[in-house]
Amino acid sequence: MGYFPTKSSYKSFAMTVRGQKSDNWLQFKKGSVATLPLIVGAIPFGILFGTLAQQSGLSIIAAICMSFFVFAGSAQFIALGLVAAGASVPVIILTTFIVNIRHLLYSTALVPKIKHLPQSWRAVLSFGLTDETFAAVSQRYQSPDVTNAHWFYLGSVVAMWGNWQLCTWIGLALGSNIPGIESWGLEFAMVVTFIGVVVPYLSSWSMIVSVTVAGVLAILCIDLPHNSGLIVAALSGISVGLLCDNLISTHLNKGSI
Amino acid sequence: MQEFWLILGMFLVTFGIRYVMFAFANSLKFSPRLEQALRYVPPTVLTAIIVPAVLYPHGEFFLSWRNPYLLAAIISIVLAFKTRDLLKTIAIGMLIFFILRYLLA
Repeated sequence: MGYFPTKSSYKSFAMTVRGQKSDNWLQFKKGSVATLPLIVGAIPFGILFGTLAQQSGLSIIAAICMSFFVFAGSAQFIALGLVAAGASVPVIILTTFIVNIRHLLYSTALVPKIKHLPQSWRAVLSFGLTDETFAAVSQRYQSPDVTNAHWFYLGSVVAMWGNWQLCTWIGLALGSNIPGIESWGLEFAMVVTFIGVVVPYLSSWSMIVSVTVAGVLAILCIDLPHNSGLIVAALSGISVGLLCDNLISTHLNKGSI
Repeated sequence: MQEFWLILGMFLVTFGIRYVMFAFANSLKFSPRLEQALRYVPPTVLTAIIVPAVLYPHGEFFLSWRNPYLLAAIISIVLAFKTRDLLKTIAIGMLIFFILRYLLA
């Protein structure tokens, strides 16, 4: 092909551009759809947050703003409890920090996947880094082709966030007419999706041991305050996994396996 | 006014935790050891969320064959291993959960 663009090269250029656009949109949709079961699981919590918000003494506008800007399920629930108990603002903010510290693990794990993106993208994607989106996106990044995967990530964030707003409003509108939706068992959708995401990782003994340690410790540390048992469990699981990796590779080097 | 500071503070803390690593992503240099450790983050964290959700379905420890969450979770693990298909696992797993919940209620 020469320096001057021919008609056909224009055409192929236009097709590439259009192709990328539709790819982006396709990825966005895939991300939203992949998050759908996790959205179903989050619905009872969102509605419950809305109904409990008023009982705890938070104003309607504050409840809406909390879901809008903070967008962190467990932290929002714990904040409601603290507001109802009359805790001071600094105490609630500090507790939020402890409850959400697990997101540092998520974002660190995703750093290699997002470092090519501009800051504006990173800001939006990190804002939406919930447990659910982390699960959906981790699964996406397991596949060999990760081009445009950030659109998948964005689709997941938008769907999760939009649903959270909607459910908060529904909960606020229902108020004390609690519909009992939290007893429908919808939260099992989250459990089964997380299982579906975790199982493909279990392809080595190190991984199996690591996940087992994390699961057992999550139960043993369940009484630790503000979800910190989760962090203890995850960090222990990760350390044991690395230890197993080391043991296996030293054995391999010795030729004993 | 109290509520304004409450939400601003919660927003700053939550967004700060989520954004800080992304913000400095380019200047971070991960050792191979750390990268290896990071591969363990998704499966361990998600497991640490699932196991208590299944064994404490209504806030109380419930280790029994009459616990539909536990039974359906075990079946879903087998399904995930057998089918290697996320959507099938979710669809069949949910169905089994609701059947078990109905039967064990």
